[in-house]
Amino acid sequence: MISLKNAGFSYGSRAILENVTQELAAGSFHFLTGPSGAGKTTLLKMCYLSLTPNSGALEVLGQDVAGLTREQITQMRRRIGVVHQDCQFLNHLTIRQNIALPLLVAGKNIEDNMENLEDLLDWVDMAHRADAFPEEISGGERQRLALARAVIMDPDMIVADEPTGNVDWEMGQRLLTLLVELNKMGKTILLATHDLNLIRSVKGRVPASVLRLKEGQLSLAGAQL
Amino acid sequence: MSWNPLTLLLGDASSDQVVPPKGRSTWLTGFASGAMAFIAVFALTLSLAVGRLADYWTLDLARTATVQIVAEEGEMAAQTQAALQVLRTSPGVVSAEVLNPEAQLALLKPWLGSNLSVATLPLPQLIEVRLGPDGPDVESLKLRLAAEAPGASFDDQNYWRTPILEAAERLKLMVAISLALTLLVTMIIVVISAQNALTANQSIIRTLRLLGARDSYIARAFVRRVTLRATIGALVGMVLAMLVVFSFPATSSETGLLVGLSLQGADWVYPLLVPLLVAISTFFTSRIAARYHLHTEA
Repeated sequence: MISLKNAGFSYGSRAILENVTQELAAGSFHFLTGPSGAGKTTLLKMCYLSLTPNSGALEVLGQDVAGLTREQITQMRRRIGVVHQDCQFLNHLTIRQNIALPLLVAGKNIEDNMENLEDLLDWVDMAHRADAFPEEISGGERQRLALARAVIMDPDMIVADEPTGNVDWEMGQRLLTLLVELNKMGKTILLATHDLNLIRSVKGRVPASVLRLKEGQLSLAGAQL
Repeated sequence: MSWNPLTLLLGDASSDQVVPPKGRSTWLTGFASGAMAFIAVFALTLSLAVGRLADYWTLDLARTATVQIVAEEGEMAAQTQAALQVLRTSPGVVSAEVLNPEAQLALLKPWLGSNLSVATLPLPQLIEVRLGPDGPDVESLKLRLAAEAPGASFDDQNYWRTPILEAAERLKLMVAISLALTLLVTMIIVVISAQNALTANQSIIRTLRLLGARDSYIARAFVRRVTLRATIGALVGMVLAMLVVFSFPATSSETGLLVGLSLQGADWVYPLLVPLLVAISTFFTSRIAARYHLHTEA
């Protein structure tokens, strides 16, 4: 699903990632941890094709990202669901419209996908807030909304950047449960977090690995969960 | 999806949704294009009026001339008859009629009032001459008049008609330049407005791209919004300008000098082209601006 071979990235002269080599198999579940500023977000951005490595090679969804055309990047992004910590909603659209946004921009008919949309609203327990606006809902609800939006296109992979960073433990567990369900459906999950309790709580629910990013280097931390 | 300008009329609700309904440039774009349309309609009206004026001077007045006879009272009638004889026998002259005292008084009425008797004034005798399309040989005619009626002078109005015609042509050119500048300024405003809208909504553009939106989709959404704002503004500006033009006082045909500043007949169709021109130019200008912006921001 994702293959990094000696991949590196730097902002100017400041190296963020150096010689990162890692394989993420299709259908796997990975936590990405590391201290603040270690480069977790940079690595995730590379995985969802917002950044390209300055050195080394990166393959996403089986394609080398070097030399991808704009159209190819667009098509691949439709196969990757992204959940940001700050969610990035369109505040003038309702919850339902925000979830449907990936369908809209892909030129799909919303009416044809209405059943799927309503199912997703139920799945993230947001059906009762479907006509509210993003600024009217809580942090936990925003994260569930972001997750619903990330999966409406039935992506192959979900990349989540600190989705539980701004929510309480209970809400974090609800989000994790949703991600576990997605993984059981065959989706590859890459979840950046520094919450060790969250990582421990997945033990026994799905096979997951923990990737630790420190000083630009990525390593497999500890045993398989 | 295609870049069909008709989508502007038919609507593209899907792309329209992604742009926030209000922005800093909303009011500015509509107002600016409305003001530009208002100015353009006036310039157009002026251009058409000047055109009519030029036609009037060229076609109507070019076929008229006046012979003025200044003579002692005892010779006035004889010289008038002699002049008439010369005129009526000259090729290129369609008719020559003596202006009667009432008609002469009517010409003087705006300056001297209506309480004057022609008899109290030492007025010259005027002969109104209508010329054919090719006109007479003016130099030959003047020589013949000088010989037959020494007090007669022929005035084909060329000495003051020519500079007026030149001025009218210059004015038409100035109006054409004004119209072109108005369109250019509108396009510049549209470019700035489109770039403002794109810059102000950078986070939305980032989100849309991450969700798999093509740049053409994003550009189309912004282009449609900017074009609609500009077109609606231009429509309002055009309607207001047409109301003002409509309220211009009607010109009496008797005065002859002014041919009316208001639009006449089929001329009323021309202002309708202003919003259409704004819509078309805005569509293409904002499209180029949006695509350039998205390309450089990629």
